[in-house]
Amino acid sequence: MSTTLFDKVWDSHVVSKISNGPDVLFIDRHMIHEVTSPVAFLGLKNRGVKVLYPEKTFATADHNTPTINQHLPVLDKLSANQLKVLEENSEEHGILYWGLGHEKNGIVHVVGPEYGITQPGATIVCGDSHTSTHGAFGAIAFGIGTSEVEMVLSTQCVMQPKPKKMRITINGSLGKGVSPKDVALYIISKLSTAGATGYFVEYYGEVFSQMSMEGRMTVCNLSIEMGARGGMIAPDDKTFEYIKEKEFTPKGDKWDRAMEYWKTLKTDPNAVFDKEISFDGCSITPMITYGTNPGMGMGILNDIPKVDDQNSASKSYFKSLNYMNYDEGESMLGKKIDFVFLGSCTNGRIEDFRDFAKIIKGRKKANNVTAWLVPGSHQVEKAIIDEGILATLTESGFELREPGCSACLAMNDDKIPKGKYAVSTSNRNFEGRQGPGSRTILASPLVAAAAAVTGVITDPRTLF
Amino acid sequence: MAYDKFKILKSSCIPLPIENIDTDQIIPARFLKAIERKGFGDNLFRDWRYNSDNSPIKDFVLNNPIYNGKILVGGKNFGSGSSREHAAWSVYDYGFRCVISSFFADIFRANCLNVGVLPVQVSPSFLNIIFENIYKNPNIQLNVDLPNQLVSIPDLKLSESFNINDYKKNNMLNGYDDIDYLINMKETITEFAKNTPL
Repeated sequence: MSTTLFDKVWDSHVVSKISNGPDVLFIDRHMIHEVTSPVAFLGLKNRGVKVLYPEKTFATADHNTPTINQHLPVLDKLSANQLKVLEENSEEHGILYWGLGHEKNGIVHVVGPEYGITQPGATIVCGDSHTSTHGAFGAIAFGIGTSEVEMVLSTQCVMQPKPKKMRITINGSLGKGVSPKDVALYIISKLSTAGATGYFVEYYGEVFSQMSMEGRMTVCNLSIEMGARGGMIAPDDKTFEYIKEKEFTPKGDKWDRAMEYWKTLKTDPNAVFDKEISFDGCSITPMITYGTNPGMGMGILNDIPKVDDQNSASKSYFKSLNYMNYDEGESMLGKKIDFVFLGSCTNGRIEDFRDFAKIIKGRKKANNVTAWLVPGSHQVEKAIIDEGILATLTESGFELREPGCSACLAMNDDKIPKGKYAVSTSNRNFEGRQGPGSRTILASPLVAAAAAVTGVITDPRTLF
Repeated sequence: MAYDKFKILKSSCIPLPIENIDTDQIIPARFLKAIERKGFGDNLFRDWRYNSDNSPIKDFVLNNPIYNGKILVGGKNFGSGSSREHAAWSVYDYGFRCVISSFFADIFRANCLNVGVLPVQVSPSFLNIIFENIYKNPNIQLNVDLPNQLVSIPDLKLSESFNINDYKKNNMLNGYDDIDYLINMKETITEFAKNTPL
C-alpha cells in the first residue's frame, strides 16, 4: 500500500491503538525547558514515579533567561527559581542539562538540530508549540502540554489521535529578497491560523527541496501558526549532510544502518492525503503582517484588506486593526516603527543573521529604532563572530545580545513597551505577545533589516 | 493531576464572542513562572481584564457581575497559539468546567481534556443562538450532558449533539487521566522500546 512520509514515521511508533480513542505513540526524543516542565516533575513526585528513559530527554534553559549579563545571577526571582528547579530536576533524574552559561545553551529548537538530537524518522516532542521546527529533518515533531510532558517522562509515550494528512506543494523558484519566512507567512495568510487544524502537513516541491536546512526549519516552525500540529519535509542529501558528524548522530556502522532507514522516508508516488494544496513559488513576495494573528499577513507592497460586511469575523478583524492602530486600505510601506527584533526559534539561526547583515552592511541603524539582535544559541553566536558578521553589525551601530527566546514572548526583560511597534522575525503577533500593549509586525530577517536602517517599513528589495 | 468528574453541567454562561482568542490572551507569558499549578485563575485574560495599574477594566465580561457561570462561550478558533497547558489550567482554576466554541485549536483542546475542562464544539449557527440568548437573558441556563453528548438550552427546547471520542469521554466521566493508563501498560512500552531504531 502506498503511504505518506507521515504514515511511515507515525505508524512505526504506535505502541497500541485504542478503539475510538487515541494511539499510544512512542517518543524517541523529548526536549524540556524551564517553563512547561516543573509541574510535570511535581506530578512524578506525587505519583512516586521515576523518569523511564532519562537518556531520551534533553533539558535547556531558554524561555525566561536574560539576554545580557548571563554570567551574573538572574535578577528576576521567579525566573531564577524556575531555572534552579529545572537544574535540580535534571540532576535528580539523570537528564542532560544545558543551563544558562553552558556552551551548548540556546533555544531548544535551535540546539536540538545543532547537536544532532534531531534526526529523521524520529518522534520528537517538547512542551512548546514550535517543536514543529524539527519536522524539517523528516521527523514527526509537535508541541505538547505539561500533562503530556509528565506522560513522556514517566512512560516515554503520549496519547494522541492520528492527525489527518495535508500536503502543501510549492513549485517554481523564489524571487530575489523572498525568504523561507515569506513562504510560511504566505501560506498562513492563504490558509488562516485555523486552516490546517487537525492536520499534519508535509511540505513538498521545488521550493522546499531548494531550501537550506535553516530555511526548512523556519517553514516547519511556523506550521503551528496555520493550526497544524506539525509540518515535515522528507529528508534528502542536504539533511544527511547537515546532521552528519554531529554529537548525537550515529557514527560508523550505526550511521550506515540509520541511513538505510532514513532513505526510505518519503511519500510513495500514489499515496493519498486528506487534503492537497498547491501554490506557485513565483507569486510569493516579501511578506508583512498588519494584525494580531499570523494569518493577517500580506505582500509588503499590498494594502491592508478592506472588509465590508458586519459579521462577527469583521468585528474581530476591526478589533485587531484597532489594537495595531491601522486602518483598512492603508499601505504598510513607510509606517514608522520603534523596535526591531531579530531572533527566536523561527529566525535566530546563522542564515538569518547573514540575511540581516546583507542589508545593513554599509548603512547605519536608524536613530528612532531600538534593535535587539538575539542569536538562537552560542553556536550561532560563535558563527556570527567567526564570519565577521559581528563586525558588520557593530560598524552599523547594532549590538549583539546573548542567546535565548527573548522578546519573542517577553518572559524576560526584553519587553516591547506599550503602544510601540516592533518588526519581529519571531512567530506570533498576538496582542501583548512581546510585552503588554506591544504591537508586533512579523517579517523576515531581510524586512527586519530594511526597517532597522530606514526606521520605517521598507521593501528590502529596494536596498539590494 | 486528578480533576472532578464531569457528567452533566447545568449553568449560566459567560460570553466572549471574539474569534481567534489565543493562549497569550488566555494567560500572558509573564504569568508562566510558577513551579506549581496554583492561582492561575487570577490571571485568566489578565490584559483584557485589568489595566496596567491592576484596576479592573469595567467593560470586560469577566468584570461584569451580570454574567456568571461555569461555561465559557468563545468565538471561532478558540485557544490558538502556544502549547502552554497553563491556559487550560487558568480556565479550570477560574471555575469554568466547559468551553463552548464553533472551533478549537488542537493543542488547547487536548490540554483541556487532560485537565478536566470539557471542550464542546458546536455549529456556527448554534453558537450564534447561544450568544444571542445570553445577551437576551444573562441567566439563561445551558445543559451540557456528557453521557448523551448533548448541549441544550432547555428554556428554548433547543439542542445539538457534540463529538468526543469514547476513551476521552470515559476519562472525563470518571476523572481518570492518561498517565495512569500509560503507567499501567509500562511493560508493553518497554518491550516496544527494545525494537525502536533511534
